[in-house]
Amino acid sequence: MSLLLPSIINGLTTGAIYALVALGLTLIYGVLHIINFAHGSLLMLALYAAFFAKTLLGLDPYAALPVLLLGFFALGYALQRWVIDWASHGRDQNILLVTLGLALVIDNLALFFWTSTTRTIDVPYAFEVVDLGVALVPLPRAIAFVGALVLAALLWALVGWTDLGKAIRAVAREKEGARLVGIRVEHIYAMSFGIGTACVAAAACLLLPTFYVTPQVGYAFVLVAFTTVVLGGMGSFLGALVGGLLLGVVEALCGLFLGESLGQIGIFALFILVLLLRPTGLFGARLA
Amino acid sequence: MLDVVVVEAGYGAMPVLRGVTLKVGIGEIVAVLGANGAGKTTLNRTISGLVRASAGRILFAGDDITRAAPDQIVAAGIAHVPEGRRIFPNLTVRENLDLGSYRRGRARRAANLERALTVFPRLAERLGQSAGTLSGGEQQMLAIARGLMSEPILLILDEPSLGLSPRLVEEMFELIARIREAGVAVLLVEQNVVQSLEIADRAYVLERGAVSLEGKAATLAADPKLKKSYLGM
Repeated sequence: MSLLLPSIINGLTTGAIYALVALGLTLIYGVLHIINFAHGSLLMLALYAAFFAKTLLGLDPYAALPVLLLGFFALGYALQRWVIDWASHGRDQNILLVTLGLALVIDNLALFFWTSTTRTIDVPYAFEVVDLGVALVPLPRAIAFVGALVLAALLWALVGWTDLGKAIRAVAREKEGARLVGIRVEHIYAMSFGIGTACVAAAACLLLPTFYVTPQVGYAFVLVAFTTVVLGGMGSFLGALVGGLLLGVVEALCGLFLGESLGQIGIFALFILVLLLRPTGLFGARLA
Repeated sequence: MLDVVVVEAGYGAMPVLRGVTLKVGIGEIVAVLGANGAGKTTLNRTISGLVRASAGRILFAGDDITRAAPDQIVAAGIAHVPEGRRIFPNLTVRENLDLGSYRRGRARRAANLERALTVFPRLAERLGQSAGTLSGGEQQMLAIARGLMSEPILLILDEPSLGLSPRLVEEMFELIARIREAGVAVLLVEQNVVQSLEIADRAYVLERGAVSLEGKAATLAADPKLKKSYLGM
């Protein structure tokens, strides 16, 4: 049983990243009411950006985080405002297809330019550990955990307390009322998409020191992120956070008891269980 | 101050407004009357930029706002309290009021909030409650208070008494009179013809997308044609 606690802690560190990716997805879903199929591809793109920042510019992923955060915010804003919105004429089924198309284009461009080679970076602190008494946690994982929670808290504050956050929530439910108080709905859509995309950039920077990047890497995360979003309740912030952490722990425990390669079985078993017993998710819908 | 000049507007190929001309002066209450489908709501939506005018011009305080976006029109000083209230049900009362000053009046948000709450004391008791849980009358008050938070020069009210109890309707009309006393012009669209004409300075009657009758409210109230068609006398 001495492995149990370290497993749970390990699961929490993975879960924090799941939560961060899911927060971005749930924000976009909650406001735009669309499933963003390009989310995983954008995560992959951010992982490559962090990879090249390290290998070409010598920039540590943690140092690159603020830059990538802003860069991917701008990318997400532009994608929504001038690609998705423009190409979909504001119709939900079109938006769905446009994000799916974006994913295909981004994935294949990545495959074309960077091939399917698995790439990793070397960081001097990769094998350093933090001694928690009950368990040793690799330093990069500890940083990822704390970083993800801090960013989740910042996002929470942004959505809860600022005028931008109030406008985001207002647009999620009442577009016309929002226009009548002078909120530019298209701008808020793009801001939400930008913030959601910034979340995957942050996740990428926190992830890369202990992970790898290939053009397909986004799928592993986005599948879990979709599960997290549904598990926590579509559009619910708290749900995405708790759901992400929970899935990380479930995965780690299943890995411990069933063997490493079967860890993800637990995620989907839990998912099916929640869908059967509580189809609206653990926390219902907060945003929408 | 507000000049609507031969405006035409509609949805898709269907014209709703067929050349409406109307004026609202500074601090005036102007009533717009008319049957359902006459184009009253479309007129409001065209003024506030939700619907594009296909012809004609809309001037406000000297500026041409015909092609302006809704947020620019709010910034210019027009607040539109729509039919159906359109409050944010998932936000608290306080947050709804905050967003009233999203585009205009943000610097004096605290002072305006205090003033709005003295006008609507019932909202003060419900500040932390989510707006969707308010009663219909309270939601209507919130919608108007949210409109006032932007320090409007002109307030457009679309059917503010719809769905309210007779006592609340009475209160609503007193309130509109008080808003005008504070110097805000009001464009009032109402089904409630008698009470509207009592508080309005002037009135227009819309019929099939055009003005069929206009004049001083007192004159219109005595007009035999209007009496026949709207007051059933």
